[in-house]
Amino acid sequence: MSFPWAAHYTPKAPLMKWIDERLPLPRLVYNSIGAGYPVPRNLNYMWNFGVLSGLALVIQIVSGIIMAMHYAANDLVAFGTVEHVMRDVNSGWLIRYAHANGASFFFIVVYLHIFRGLFYGSYKAPREMVWLLGLVIYLLMMATAFMGYVLPWGQMSYWGAKVITGLFGAIPVVGEPIQTWLLGGFAPGNAALNRFFSLHYLLPFVIAGVIILHIWALHIPGSNNPTGVDVKGPQDTVPFHPYYTAKDGFGAGVFLILFSILLFFAPNFLGHPDNYIEANPLSTPAHIVPEWYFWPFYAILRAFTFDFFFVPAKLLGVLAMFAAILLLFFLPWLDNSPVRSGKFRPVFKQFFIVLCIDVLILGWCGGAPATAGYVMISQIAAAYYFAHFLIILPLIAMFEKPLPLPNSITEAVLAKHNLQGEEPAAVPAE
Amino acid sequence: MATAEHTGTEGLSGGDGVRRRDFINIAAVSFAGVGAVAVVLPLVNQMNPSADVLALASSEVDLSAIQPGQAIKTTFRSQPLFVRHLTPKEIAEADAVDASTLRDPQTLEERTVDGKKQWLVTMGVCTHLGCVPLGAGEGEVRGEYGGYFCPCHGSSYDTAARIRKGPAPLNLEVPEYKFTSDTAILVG
Ligand code: HEM
Ligand code: FES
Repeated sequence: MSFPWAAHYTPKAPLMKWIDERLPLPRLVYNSIGAGYPVPRNLNYMWNFGVLSGLALVIQIVSGIIMAMHYAANDLVAFGTVEHVMRDVNSGWLIRYAHANGASFFFIVVYLHIFRGLFYGSYKAPREMVWLLGLVIYLLMMATAFMGYVLPWGQMSYWGAKVITGLFGAIPVVGEPIQTWLLGGFAPGNAALNRFFSLHYLLPFVIAGVIILHIWALHIPGSNNPTGVDVKGPQDTVPFHPYYTAKDGFGAGVFLILFSILLFFAPNFLGHPDNYIEANPLSTPAHIVPEWYFWPFYAILRAFTFDFFFVPAKLLGVLAMFAAILLLFFLPWLDNSPVRSGKFRPVFKQFFIVLCIDVLILGWCGGAPATAGYVMISQIAAAYYFAHFLIILPLIAMFEKPLPLPNSITEAVLAKHNLQGEEPAAVPAE
Repeated sequence: MATAEHTGTEGLSGGDGVRRRDFINIAAVSFAGVGAVAVVLPLVNQMNPSADVLALASSEVDLSAIQPGQAIKTTFRSQPLFVRHLTPKEIAEADAVDASTLRDPQTLEERTVDGKKQWLVTMGVCTHLGCVPLGAGEGEVRGEYGGYFCPCHGSSYDTAARIRKGPAPLNLEVPEYKFTSDTAILVG
């Protein structure tokens, strides 16, 4: 697709030939994830997480559709039907634990996938569109996971829904009508539960659609690689199949082993015990926390405890939280360094590590109770998060002296194996 | 297809270059646009509270069993409602504060019914992000200002349920209510 030396699809089986002439779907698959897609030969394991995210989505869709057969989105019975899945439905416990922990694993691999892109400069030209579509997927995932967490109608479900829709209430004038509109009432109730279920069912399929766009956009320039250097010729690439199907297959095996360990030995490790108590509008749990994957943003939300000019603290927190995510949409234009890979950017590399630690600190604060100490740490960490993207990155791009880049991917690979000068004997055909 | 040169034969509306086809285009698209908006409106509006949700608009509360210093938690529009019988000391504490120094300046007078200053009726919904503050139930902490304390992000309210500390921007909301007798109120 992307390079002139890509292998061409020539169906051998008569049936495939027959199909291909009438609907070139086999060709599309061959050119996207088969031997017809040439990929840089030097991808490391950080490049596994895209495929693993796709696998996680499949796990969510399969387990979710099955659970929807046993679940009822009605505030009087929802909690009971989830317990029914856990206790009565054959293998129901497995399917529900797979779905709940699958969401966590989905976010783990997506976060690694995002940070891969941040380090290797995959958001830079010509892959800006790939990055932007990825962020759209991330936003949709957050919405989906949030609404999914409301469905079991436990205490955390209820209060999570209340607090998150309450964020919209912070917007001046139109905020409260929007909140009421979102919930279909003055507090979460049957109307909210039903619409959340409807959307929770829909959004994963919207995500699947945006993933297709994401990959389409990726396959125009082709994949980035750990050196960040462009592909120069056929010697720089190998066909996706069998090289990366095999490597991704291995990654999928490791992913499934780790997933099974959590699923079978600690299925409630990442959950919150309060969600096994049915929703009670009259009693707030002592410590409301969202799921772990929202903690960094929750910490930013709570970091604003002071008014600023005429903007009340509550609105500031909400704006900062949304800004922390929306900021990433501008990243391709904030980091102007022409060098993509962090490997060749000594200053960037150090600040990248600081950013990772900063996000972990935010996550840790977001999960902790809102005591003065944690709030102060969140404030510093939130300030640093914004400074990284708005001040530090543009400055590094201006002043940093990057290390010399290899002339080509092949040169970098051969240098690593002390084979410099020797041209590869032959490029694997097809 | 017709190009600009051919338009003469299709009827110009004048020498200004506006073709009949342009007019038809604009008219058709505008009509379709109006139609689309007319369809979207009900699709958006169906999300608003339905009639049965709105129907639960008022509730009656009996005050006779609430002793001074005590409070009860009940519901109004499926949200918590706090009714509190203030002690003279609590009233004095609330009055001792200069209201103009507060984040949401209001006096206890303004937040209660004339001559019934001891009855503090508020929503039990923290004005920060909507948690139920503690302090109305038996033995719950009331925070450093003796009123209500929201455990979610640490907002403290005083004995007039005014915001004194923490992220909440406003005092606990006082719903519309009236006394139906000396010991009963109708909220909503
Ligand atoms: C993007 C993919 C998805 C994500 C991230 C996701 C996430 C979640 C989460 C976090 C929960 C709460 C789990 C718990 O604590 O019990 C949940 C519940 C649920 N989800 Fe999904 N989900 C996804 C796709 C789907 C799909 C496609 C369906 C199909 C209808 C579905 C149906 C359900 C049902 C019925 C529940 C309620 C049962 C329960 O709470 O365990 N989900 N989802
Ligand atoms: S909801 Fe009460 S302090 Fe945040």
